[in-house]
Amino acid sequence: MSWLLALPIILPFATAVLVFLLRTRGAAGRWLSVAGCGLLLITSIALMAATWSEGVVAAQMGGWPAPFGITLVADLLSAVMVLITAITGLAVAVYALADIDSRREVLGYHALFQILLAGVCGAFLTGDIFNLYVWFEVMLIASFGLLVLGGDKAQLDGGIKYVTLNLVSTVMFLTGIALLYGLTGTLNMADLHGAVRGVENKGLLSVVAVIFMIAFGVKAAVFPLFFWLPASYHTPPVAISAVFAGLLTKVGVYALIRTFTLIFTEDTAYTHNLLLVIAALTMVTGVLGAAAQNEFRKILSFHIVSQIGYMILGLALYTPLALVGAVFYLVHHIIVKANLFLVSGLSKRLTGSFELSAIGGLYKSSPFLAVLFLVPAFSLAGFPPLSGFWAKFLLVKASLEVEAYLIAAVALVVGLLTIFSMTKIWAEAFWKPHPEGREPVLSLLDARTRMALMAPVLALATLTVIIGFYPEPFVVFAERSAAQLLDPAIYVRAVLGAGT
Amino acid sequence: MEVLLSLLIGILVTTSVYLMLARNVLRFLFGLVLLSNAANLTIFLAGRLTPEAPALVPQGLLSPPEVVANALPQALVLTAIVIGFGLFAFALVLVYRGYDALGTLNTDAMRYAEPVEESEPTAKGKLEGPGL
Repeated sequence: MSWLLALPIILPFATAVLVFLLRTRGAAGRWLSVAGCGLLLITSIALMAATWSEGVVAAQMGGWPAPFGITLVADLLSAVMVLITAITGLAVAVYALADIDSRREVLGYHALFQILLAGVCGAFLTGDIFNLYVWFEVMLIASFGLLVLGGDKAQLDGGIKYVTLNLVSTVMFLTGIALLYGLTGTLNMADLHGAVRGVENKGLLSVVAVIFMIAFGVKAAVFPLFFWLPASYHTPPVAISAVFAGLLTKVGVYALIRTFTLIFTEDTAYTHNLLLVIAALTMVTGVLGAAAQNEFRKILSFHIVSQIGYMILGLALYTPLALVGAVFYLVHHIIVKANLFLVSGLSKRLTGSFELSAIGGLYKSSPFLAVLFLVPAFSLAGFPPLSGFWAKFLLVKASLEVEAYLIAAVALVVGLLTIFSMTKIWAEAFWKPHPEGREPVLSLLDARTRMALMAPVLALATLTVIIGFYPEPFVVFAERSAAQLLDPAIYVRAVLGAGT
Repeated sequence: MEVLLSLLIGILVTTSVYLMLARNVLRFLFGLVLLSNAANLTIFLAGRLTPEAPALVPQGLLSPPEVVANALPQALVLTAIVIGFGLFAFALVLVYRGYDALGTLNTDAMRYAEPVEESEPTAKGKLEGPGL
């Protein structure tokens, strides 16, 4: 069992070493990176099967019993996040076959990409709060490298803002860990669940909770801490920004969900209401920011912010149905958002620019690509019967159940404004003729490039459609996952043993 | 001792906030170093201070007879220092490269990735100051 938990971390690291050695060999390194992601996908499916049949699985690293050693632990939420990381990783690795130039390959793109995946998987699987900090750092340093890889002017500009603001957040995280350790004397998250109940100074505990909220809030890009995201996500090549858009902010959301269902549940009237306000403001500012943009990827970046608000909303309501919605949203969103970024890259390849005013004609010349854009775009906006509809439906229903009518209204209006942005992209990039009269047909790309770029887009769009038409098994899954989140005793028992 | 260290942490945080509010990225980074040191000291302090009690187990015993220094926070601080050092080195090089490419350390003037658009009515007048 311990191998199954460690493999999603070991595999990408091993692949990273190998592809780094092969970085000047071109195709060999590229395909090895794809193979590594394929293996990661197989492992994560096995892990998923194990958590589905056995509930929460845990392994003590180095044989040190919890809470003294580092525990790796996977409940359904962790397992599905690792699975979705592997899916996104594989899709982007295939896309990168044709998207990353040889200069960036020699600089070590594939190795950094694999280290990023390792960091993300580690963050999802660890059961120790300080270890979570370490995985955040692994992920961050890899993302720093990827973001500025190649050293274009725009990348350096975006990189400085990304790096500085994220460094502040890690220091906040570290301070939060210090205070929490000072209060409870433990770092194991399952042990913390029990230990915070014995803390007498409840006021200080709330302060620590808010420090964690700020630290993870910067990573998750919530209002008002999101400014680094739209400043940087549109600068690197698409194979880099797609994996950032799909995974990185979601690690922040995962950390928020984990800590605010397992550890900081003492004063939910304060912390979770604060989260609710943050969620509403995040949704609104994100979508309004997107409305003001005229660049493909900048619009999508602001939409990441607004969509994060929905997930935080699910956590903030803290009812079973709301958490079902949050988990469902998380899974649906990663697929859709990564896919939209990949489509934006294809559109750039064919039309020559990300600026909406300088492109057009995609619907007439490549109708197939237009369909592949419509699927994730409509799903993002919440059109039935695509995956986003069910995700929004669950969340709105959950807010109506607790009579939070205002937040339900905000969620619906933001959905409407999302359609506005998506139709803007549609009208500019797909509907109107190309301003220079270019015909962006798919046959402009040679057959191999076309395969590498289109296959992941097609696969992710198919997944979106499947979730949309057969939501039943996914909702059942999300229900079981939410039940685990709301009953931390299962998690605690799996980590600390039956005696507690 | 605790009070003294707490005061030191307070001074470090104050100074770092002052530095980080500057528009100059280099000053921001120096502020960040002070802030991360303040965080490291906080971890150290959170483990409680037990001076002159090394965490050693005498021969023949399975656990130390008296209260000894808490070794865990020291291990944590060590990890945090190493990681922080690496990140700071990266950030310094990045800022240097940024200065090379963009020709400025002023964050207000770093508009390459987000150019001020013609149609954008926001704060345009303000940004056309001598700093740009």
